Amino acid sequence: MSFVKFKRKRSSARSIIPGFRLTLGISMFYLSIIVFIPLAIIFLKSFELTFEQFWAAVTNARVLASYRVSFITALCAALINTFFGLIVAWVLVRYQFPGKKIIDALVDIPFALPTAVAGIALTAIYAKNGWIGSNLEPLGIKVAYAPLGIIVALTFIGIPFVVRTVQPVIEDLEKDMEEAAVMLGAYRFRTFFRIILPTLFPALLTGFTLAFARGIGEYGSVVFISGNMPLKTEISPLLIMTKLEQYDYAGATAIAAVMLIVSFILLLAINLLQWRMNRRMTSNS
Amino acid sequence: MAGVVNYHSSPHKNVREKHINEATWVRWSLISIAVLFIVIMIVLPLALVIVESLQKGFAVYIDAITDSDAFAALKLTLITALIAVPLNTVFGVLVAWAVSKFKFRGKQILLTLIDLPFAVSPVIAGLVFVLMFGAQGYFGPWLADHDIKVIFAVPGIIIATMFITVPFVAREIIPLMQQQGIGEEEAAISLGAKGFKVFWYVTLPNIKWGLLYGIILCNARAMGEFGAVSVVSGHIRGRTNTLPLHVEILYNEYQFSAAFAIASLLMLLAIFTLIVKAIVEWKEGLQSKRESIE
Repeated sequence: MSFVKFKRKRSSARSIIPGFRLTLGISMFYLSIIVFIPLAIIFLKSFELTFEQFWAAVTNARVLASYRVSFITALCAALINTFFGLIVAWVLVRYQFPGKKIIDALVDIPFALPTAVAGIALTAIYAKNGWIGSNLEPLGIKVAYAPLGIIVALTFIGIPFVVRTVQPVIEDLEKDMEEAAVMLGAYRFRTFFRIILPTLFPALLTGFTLAFARGIGEYGSVVFISGNMPLKTEISPLLIMTKLEQYDYAGATAIAAVMLIVSFILLLAINLLQWRMNRRMTSNS
Repeated sequence: MAGVVNYHSSPHKNVREKHINEATWVRWSLISIAVLFIVIMIVLPLALVIVESLQKGFAVYIDAITDSDAFAALKLTLITALIAVPLNTVFGVLVAWAVSKFKFRGKQILLTLIDLPFAVSPVIAGLVFVLMFGAQGYFGPWLADHDIKVIFAVPGIIIATMFITVPFVAREIIPLMQQQGIGEEEAAISLGAKGFKVFWYVTLPNIKWGLLYGIILCNARAMGEFGAVSVVSGHIRGRTNTLPLHVEILYNEYQFSAAFAIASLLMLLAIFTLIVKAIVEWKEGLQSKRESIE
């Protein structure tokens, strides 16, 4: 109670800390020049097209196919990451085993490793004569230069997202609920699906959305492994690149505008999810 | 969106007692699945880079990384990072100060906007600067009149890298500074400290480790950026090639050993970044332990 009062008092009093206008002003100026104005130009440029031209550019068969490839592969990769990410996060928080620290550190590799390096390494592994590719070849499974390859690359890129959003939530899980469930006679399996999983769900969903958003925009790791066949393994970012190389700026911009809108919606969803998660966590404590 | 960037696993143990833990066989199967997943998805690619880079012998490896084009690419990569990282560090500190030390309307929106470059495809990040500064772009004719080249030149590479790496430092230190509150700064000010001194002597010592990791991570991303830089670079060998682009060129020319040799340098950068992260976590652990003792 006293905490609430204290907080209210402070917010109504004028802060004595200096530099509010200066720091906020410079930050906003910098963000505007580097981020806002450049992004606004995508839409500005799109408005130069008539609606028919814009519509034709973004609903062309090859463009539609690229959305489909990008969407489906990013979705599959995000689902794979949600499943394995939960297991990795769970194991890292709850169990002790040799090499745990190293596994924990390795989770961040996709975040720090340049995407081009990931791209060529994964391609070499899953190519016909690669370490894994050569074993899959006799089974008739083609990974490199096929849609599966894109999924592999996007899975690699998305690993940290689910693990790192779920990990702190598992750490904060209260013992009481699990204890109560056991005392009421629930088996561990049932406790997990009825008690633990629902608590983790918002974090899982956030991690999934993060991985999905990242996957849709990813370029560096995918270009090497996908084979880039139009209609089959051509992702939207690559199509933008191709249009640029053909000096079709209007076409490139139109696709970019569609992708940007999707990104904005995902970013909004992620922030709403995180905001809800934070509110729930603070109201619990 | 960048919550993942600044998650540091807490050292305290979370192991449960037997009656609220899984059966041994379940535990070990889950551990096996997790380890196998990480080994196949992450360890294998890292191992492959090393094996492939040394496949034609150590001499070829040394040749690849001491080649004049590789050297030019390294130089450009360093220049890019040397400009982009300090600017984004200054921005990160300023915006973190505004967000963590004051209450204002629209703070949540500002935090979302900082994350924008995370959500945008790197190719789009490159495209926007082509639309601005390219020959047919909004400022293209003016730049051409004044004989300034931005696209297919070094300035374009630098600005595209800046766009991509804007959030990293800010996202790393904002949660830290929010956690620390404003008590210490207020005390310093009431004792007569002024402006920048408050930051330098009071705030900075509290955030130095987080800030260091933010800078190192920002640097790794700046040096490793591929998509955005690829759009604006024009791929002129020895002139507008960064290290990741050099990897791509060598790879596309079927010089696999050389490509993986350069890739191994970038991989070392990533591993170095994660080692710094581990040290920072350790130091932060010490710091918080010391504080709790005091």
